[in-house]
Amino acid sequence: MKNKQRQNNLRTLLWLTCIHFFISAFTFGGGYVVVPMVRKYFVQKKKYFSEDELMDIAAVSQSSPGAIAVNLAALTGWRICGAAGAVLCCLGAILPPLIILSVISTFYTAFASNLIIAAVLKGMQAGVAALIADLVLEMYALIIKQRSKLLTLMVPAVFLANFILDINVAVLLLLCCLCSLIAALIEKRRKKF
Amino acid sequence: MTERLIELFYAFWQIGFFSIGGGYAIIPLIQEQVVEKYGWLTEKVFADIITISQMTPGPLAVNTSTFVGLKAAGLPGAAAATLGCIISGVVIALLLDSFFQKHSGSYYIPKILNSLKAASLGLIMSAAAVILLLTFCGTSDYKAIQDLDVISVFLFLGAFFAMRKWKLNPILLMVICGILGGFLYI
Repeated sequence: MKNKQRQNNLRTLLWLTCIHFFISAFTFGGGYVVVPMVRKYFVQKKKYFSEDELMDIAAVSQSSPGAIAVNLAALTGWRICGAAGAVLCCLGAILPPLIILSVISTFYTAFASNLIIAAVLKGMQAGVAALIADLVLEMYALIIKQRSKLLTLMVPAVFLANFILDINVAVLLLLCCLCSLIAALIEKRRKKF
Repeated sequence: MTERLIELFYAFWQIGFFSIGGGYAIIPLIQEQVVEKYGWLTEKVFADIITISQMTPGPLAVNTSTFVGLKAAGLPGAAAATLGCIISGVVIALLLDSFFQKHSGSYYIPKILNSLKAASLGLIMSAAAVILLLTFCGTSDYKAIQDLDVISVFLFLGAFFAMRKWKLNPILLMVICGILGGFLYI
């Protein structure tokens, strides 16, 4: 029984490492682009997390410093398989850049000016744009469903503040936390009286 | 050599620790440490590295630290820089996650997490806008829009439709888009 469990665990660990390896090898830019990939494999295919849990993980990895994609990989591994999962998922996520760049670094000027590579990358960019647009639509629908005016307004407000006004991400995150705390305080007080 | 590795680890530890928001937010920090403070790379090589990091898959911060490490001290350098760059973020993310899970029954903490979720979606939206602009117009600055790349609009719509209608595997989608791009843009 215990042996079988261990075997299952090993299989999950292997899957986790491989999936993060492939996600990292096929996403350009990392960070936010990884979220729709993780959603497809972890939420829709394997059902390891609910949509809401995915948003928890995405929010936490974005509120932590460093590379968002690696933070996200570590959290998925941690939640499914503990410390071993976290370490292996990180490894899976950083190996493709390590391999690809070690190969490229010797002839990178030729690589950067290659026309075919540029054309393929341009095509992939359109695919990434479609993935992330799909994610944004579905996630925003989930937030609207919660019927909280504050949260529904917060999404476009942060978008405008970041995209148009170029306000620092750390400042935005802190402001949002403050807003929600103030709103929670007001609500609590209202209930008391 | 060992000294160089420790320096690389320490420099990228600082970079990883002080950058929130990932991706492009990290670039100026890396430049400050790598070009200005330690002088491992010249301005020109650094600019090349950023271009290559954007052209190759994987997280931008990891790509850049790997490449800088490679240039400064070979493969061990790449490992030291990458590890330094990710370690604090991963530890903080794990701590933050268990903090939110532990206090999921409290009144205030889940509300804070909810606002972080909304904020994070807003930031993803902003990243999506940048990617859409880059794809359609070749610039990430909405004030500098000049022309529209019609091929990319059709590719985008096709990919979007294929994903919604047939629930296409995203990695397969990337491969198909890459092949189509290779034919359409040459």
